[in-house]
Amino acid sequence: MIRPGTTLWLARHEARLSWRDWIYLITGGHSRRVFTSALVFIVFVLFLHALAYGMLGSSAVAGMADKEVLLVITGSLAMSSSLMLSQALESVTRGFYARGDLDLILASPVSAWRLFAVRIMAMAAAVAAQSLVLAAPFVNVLVWRGGARWLGAYAVTIALAMDAVAVSVMLTVALFRAIGPRRTRFVAQVLAAIIGAAFVIAAQFAAILSFGTISRPAALQSAALAQFAPDIGSILWWPARAVLGGPLALIAVCGLSIIALAGAIATFAPRFGPLALAAGAVALDTGTRRRRPARFHDSGPEQALRRKEWVLLLRDPWLMSQTLMQLLYLLPPAFLLWRSYQGSGGASALLVPILIMAAGQLGGGLAWLAVSGEDAPELVASAPVSRARVLRAKIEAVLGGIAAVFGPFVVALALFAPFSALVAACGIAIAAGSATAIQFWFRAQARRSLFRRRQVSSRLATFAEALSSIGWAGTGALAATGTWLAVIPGILVLAIIAGAWLISPVRSPSFV
Amino acid sequence: MSDTQPLALEIRGLAKRFERPAVDGLDLGVLAGEFYTLLGPNGAGKTTTLRMVTGLLKPDRGSIAVFGIDALADPVAAKRIMAWVSDEPMIYDKLTPIEYLDFVAGLWTVDSATAAARASDLLNWLDLAPHAQERCESLSKGMRQKVALAGALVHDPKLIILDEPFTGLDAGAARLIKDMLRERVQAGCSVVMTTHILDVAERMADRIGVMAEGVLIAEGTLDELRRREGSGHATLEDTFLALVAKSAVE
Repeated sequence: MIRPGTTLWLARHEARLSWRDWIYLITGGHSRRVFTSALVFIVFVLFLHALAYGMLGSSAVAGMADKEVLLVITGSLAMSSSLMLSQALESVTRGFYARGDLDLILASPVSAWRLFAVRIMAMAAAVAAQSLVLAAPFVNVLVWRGGARWLGAYAVTIALAMDAVAVSVMLTVALFRAIGPRRTRFVAQVLAAIIGAAFVIAAQFAAILSFGTISRPAALQSAALAQFAPDIGSILWWPARAVLGGPLALIAVCGLSIIALAGAIATFAPRFGPLALAAGAVALDTGTRRRRPARFHDSGPEQALRRKEWVLLLRDPWLMSQTLMQLLYLLPPAFLLWRSYQGSGGASALLVPILIMAAGQLGGGLAWLAVSGEDAPELVASAPVSRARVLRAKIEAVLGGIAAVFGPFVVALALFAPFSALVAACGIAIAAGSATAIQFWFRAQARRSLFRRRQVSSRLATFAEALSSIGWAGTGALAATGTWLAVIPGILVLAIIAGAWLISPVRSPSFV
Repeated sequence: MSDTQPLALEIRGLAKRFERPAVDGLDLGVLAGEFYTLLGPNGAGKTTTLRMVTGLLKPDRGSIAVFGIDALADPVAAKRIMAWVSDEPMIYDKLTPIEYLDFVAGLWTVDSATAAARASDLLNWLDLAPHAQERCESLSKGMRQKVALAGALVHDPKLIILDEPFTGLDAGAARLIKDMLRERVQAGCSVVMTTHILDVAERMADRIGVMAEGVLIAEGTLDELRRREGSGHATLEDTFLALVAKSAVE
């Protein structure tokens, strides 16, 4: 029997909540889906192993600690770290601002220090677990092909998760002190989005400069980078050496990470209580006044709906940061586009699928916000406007947003590759339209704050949306080269979309 | 009911079934310019009825007419003269009250000059003017409910339907809303409201309908209900509980 109020008791409470949260995430709240979800998860893990074998099968055997290998491993670790840091920053911010049971616990005689110590450890465990799911197939292949020394990669992944949480805690508390709770929320969320994408984007920029492509491994294997890399005996290679099973490096990396996390807990857990209370007061603050008085418009329902959708999106920093995350990936193609002006125009065909895929993803997200994320559905439903007009206005709002984001890219592309621009424009419209249609067919009312979890309501919709975006990107890539073979993936995508419509709840007579 | 007064709302044989019948062949009429309160225990079918009237739920059978307009055949025309206020304020956190009213005016196609004038009156009357340029996320529950009510009134509806509008309101806000509703009724507007606060129904309603298990078990003025129940000068609470208990036995 665990004594109530102790660290262990709080840890059990957190573990139980996390476990149920995770099960909900996997099953979407349908207990009967546990078996199916487990089966899908196993198939996914097997697929990742096959993928990992395809990518690493031969390099695992040749895993010698030369500079090139250390560079590739360090680059991969840096990329993983940026993603972990992004995730940790998001978790820590949520820990401050999401009220949940915080008011209940802070109002109880339980020590706030213990609660936040447990929560910081839980964040580290969650970040490590999610990273391990993705890393494990690659590590397993390396262990199988290269020996047990690669097991060190597991320990390094966990160590990096601890570092990421320690840094995030320090960064968030520093932001709190420097710019206050209101701005911290926005800045931390935008930072999380930028950090998550930063390394991938930086690697793509380097690859473009080196080879004129956007392949990440190409950048890590370039001779130019190897020349700038530190000497083989440098301390900077320790994490890579730890992955390769070097015992001293492994002990050092893990030891430092444990000290970093323990230090962060000891220093900052006692301060979390007052900071969380300050964050809670943000919601009660009435400081959000408009600088210019709002005016009334002579507009019909469609215009009112479109304006409302855009205003709500622009005023929500969290949603903006989530959207920003997708748009950041457009920076490398934009850079490639700029480079293409200076000589060869061959890269234009490469841009087409990237733009189409990004449009599909962004379109799906915006459509979810406009349709499922409607915060006052009864107000709109009780208005004297037909459902068809409401839906049309929302589609126009989504496509208007897509046009505003992708229009400049297409115009720039048209200046030196008009045919590619035409294909990109058509592909962007079709991909965004398809993703929007899928979101309409699978719509399920939810709070906008659940944007990150929108895929839980329907995994079928998520898969259909992803396959549609990928498929249209492939079709666009082929079409940009002028081949009629583009018809084949196009027909396949249409079949996927038709299949999604056939199984969607929109066809049910009881669907509203 | 008077034979000469037109009906603001006429419901005939309305039925809706979920796992069990929620509304079961309901007949109900509300006169133009009448304040009608619908009472009933939890699960009696009050909210389901009002949601069907406002077009938020499709009935299994029956008919609904709003000022003579068939709300099932022409829902858009019926919605044009109706307003719906639920217990959870239907507002947007990131909009200010003024922007919210502009949005609602757009949905009901009210011209900007009229909307601005009505909004100004409503915001002043509801003590919301000092907060008109603040985002709704920073407003209290009572203020949010007042914003929702202002939204319902900005298009000057002939029939206002309210589902538990006083939930979570302080005494001051509740009084303001009650005064506003009574004023609207005096101006010729009809109001249909559900509430669990029997004191409000007793003071405000011209007629009271009592629902249980999806049907109307009693209807009339407070005196008529008392007479029917033989409870003399008993409060509405006593009369209501006696009616519901009797219905359960039957």
